[in-house]
Amino acid sequence: MKTTSRPAAPARPRSAGPTPPPGATGTAGRGPLGPLRRKIADQATAYGFLIGGLLCFILFSWYPAVRSVIIAFQKYTPGSDPEWVGTANFSRVFQDPEFAAAWRNTLTFTVLALVIGFAIPFVMALVLNELRHAKAFFRVVVYLPVMIPPVVSALLWKWFYDPGAGLANEVLGFLHLPTSNWTNGADTALVSLVIVATWANMGGTVLIYLAALQGIPGELYEAAELDGASVWQRVRHITIPQTRFIILMLMLLQVIATMQVFTEPFVITGGGPENSTVTVLYLIYKYAFLYNDFGGASALSVMLLLVLSAFSALYLRLTRTD
Amino acid sequence: MTQTAPPPVQKPPAVRTRRSGDAPAERSPRTVISPLALAGRRGKVAYWSVFTLVVLLFAFAFLFPVYWMVTGAMKPPEEVVRTPPTLVPEQWRVSGYTDAWDLMRLPTHLWNTVVQATGAWVLQIVFCTAAAYALSKLKPAFGNIILGGILATLMVPVQALVVPKYLTIADMPLIGVNLLNDPLAIWLPAVANAFNLYLLKRFFDQIPRDVLEAAEIDGAGKLRTLWSIVLPLSRPVLGVVSIFALVAVWQDFLWPLMVFSDTDKQPISVALVQLSQNVPLTVLIGAMVIASIPMVLMFLVFQRHIIAGISAGGTKG
Repeated sequence: MKTTSRPAAPARPRSAGPTPPPGATGTAGRGPLGPLRRKIADQATAYGFLIGGLLCFILFSWYPAVRSVIIAFQKYTPGSDPEWVGTANFSRVFQDPEFAAAWRNTLTFTVLALVIGFAIPFVMALVLNELRHAKAFFRVVVYLPVMIPPVVSALLWKWFYDPGAGLANEVLGFLHLPTSNWTNGADTALVSLVIVATWANMGGTVLIYLAALQGIPGELYEAAELDGASVWQRVRHITIPQTRFIILMLMLLQVIATMQVFTEPFVITGGGPENSTVTVLYLIYKYAFLYNDFGGASALSVMLLLVLSAFSALYLRLTRTD
Repeated sequence: MTQTAPPPVQKPPAVRTRRSGDAPAERSPRTVISPLALAGRRGKVAYWSVFTLVVLLFAFAFLFPVYWMVTGAMKPPEEVVRTPPTLVPEQWRVSGYTDAWDLMRLPTHLWNTVVQATGAWVLQIVFCTAAAYALSKLKPAFGNIILGGILATLMVPVQALVVPKYLTIADMPLIGVNLLNDPLAIWLPAVANAFNLYLLKRFFDQIPRDVLEAAEIDGAGKLRTLWSIVLPLSRPVLGVVSIFALVAVWQDFLWPLMVFSDTDKQPISVALVQLSQNVPLTVLIGAMVIASIPMVLMFLVFQRHIIAGISAGGTKG
């Protein structure tokens, strides 16, 4: 570190973008700098590069995180001064009949998404891993729905579920199966949304799990086969234990993602029928933009934040490599 | 990718080892079923029956809905609501698409989306790269604390913070500017992407220090080193970050729904939902297809890289 005696003025441009260096690399400009001044110059450079990103994190990550906790204890309407109200927001939100419904729906959604939305891609990846042909085709096709904008997927399935012109009941009728109310029935609406979310998002799970399956050493299967293990036993005692880590990982990621579900209920059901598909995030949206009650919305956000952070922390702890 | 949970963290080492594609001729590694079991006549019959079944299932589950959407927009309004539905349109019309283009003012909304996504992408590349470079190579004071703070945001799910983030955008601290209905409302928060920043930093960490020192001895400044040494070495990770950045903005719904109340500024995802009640079904379907084309096209062009990137993301680093 003996070069770049830099002018001590920290006047670096805010954007450290792809412009040529503004008169940097000043060599032998004004003799040797003291170690302190060089240190300051180095720090100025470092922060010049850091500052743009850092400001965005401060403004849009750290400050909002702190602020959501603060506003949760305030009566907050944009335009007027906030006033402290203690835990009034929390007790008001607790009394809202939609509150219990939203949490119940969100948790049910998450569990159903784990059962349906995890079992299907899991089995799918297992089968795909056995197929020796058209591998690229399967991967592209299973990932295609992920690239369709979620709003389009939601609108598409809304049309499929339509009681009049919908494809879903036509297919069931064609197969001589009983038709369903889908999103129009209070008891079937949530499951219908889980199906949409699964269809739209399982591509990623399949691909990641498929990659994990390919990491299993083939000798394990050979040895098991010599010992007379059946196909099911090989899956049960080799495949699943060998990929236990990634299964857990994907499950946690899915829980975190599905607990934040918003687009499907907002677009397809509007929270109905009879509040059967109101989710926590949807309720946050309603409090903020329908009731103009940002204190209540923040109180809900803090609760969601605590629950999700617990899952995220677990995830990060498990994935940490160093 | 659509729902913004923090993706797996150990990406960077794997990103570099680009998997050679899955040519069908490639000899498959040993899996649950032994090659021997498939060699016999019964094995072959069983294999090809399963194979056909899976192809049909995939076609029905994933391709047919897309086909249904593309052809649905081409049916006349009375045919699209007919029961039983027609598998193939009786007459092919493009008016579903052209009406959607005009009635729903898709050029405006597509352009808004392009502006929002491109800006978010550029700013993310510029600021995240610079910050990652500083954290990785320039040893800023309190660098570890800052990095810790950034990584901690991985634990905070994006959606749980939308309300305070909205209030921040509506009244920016210190400068007191309202950024609602401004593309900056998408661009600036997009920079605070801990995952992409971490991905870049991990990648930069692997670039040996002597390479950079050699450049400095040759008289290159830090910016010069970043521009002509670090970035060219980082093409693979920049590609991954770019795709993540573009897809994230293009697919997002809740955040643009909140910050763009002005219809003229709304991206296509928000406009589709807002207008879906007021247009005929065929027109809506046409708009849905058009809205899907850019990302699907990008996927088909870069599918090899995208699929390799996602697969690599899951395997243990």
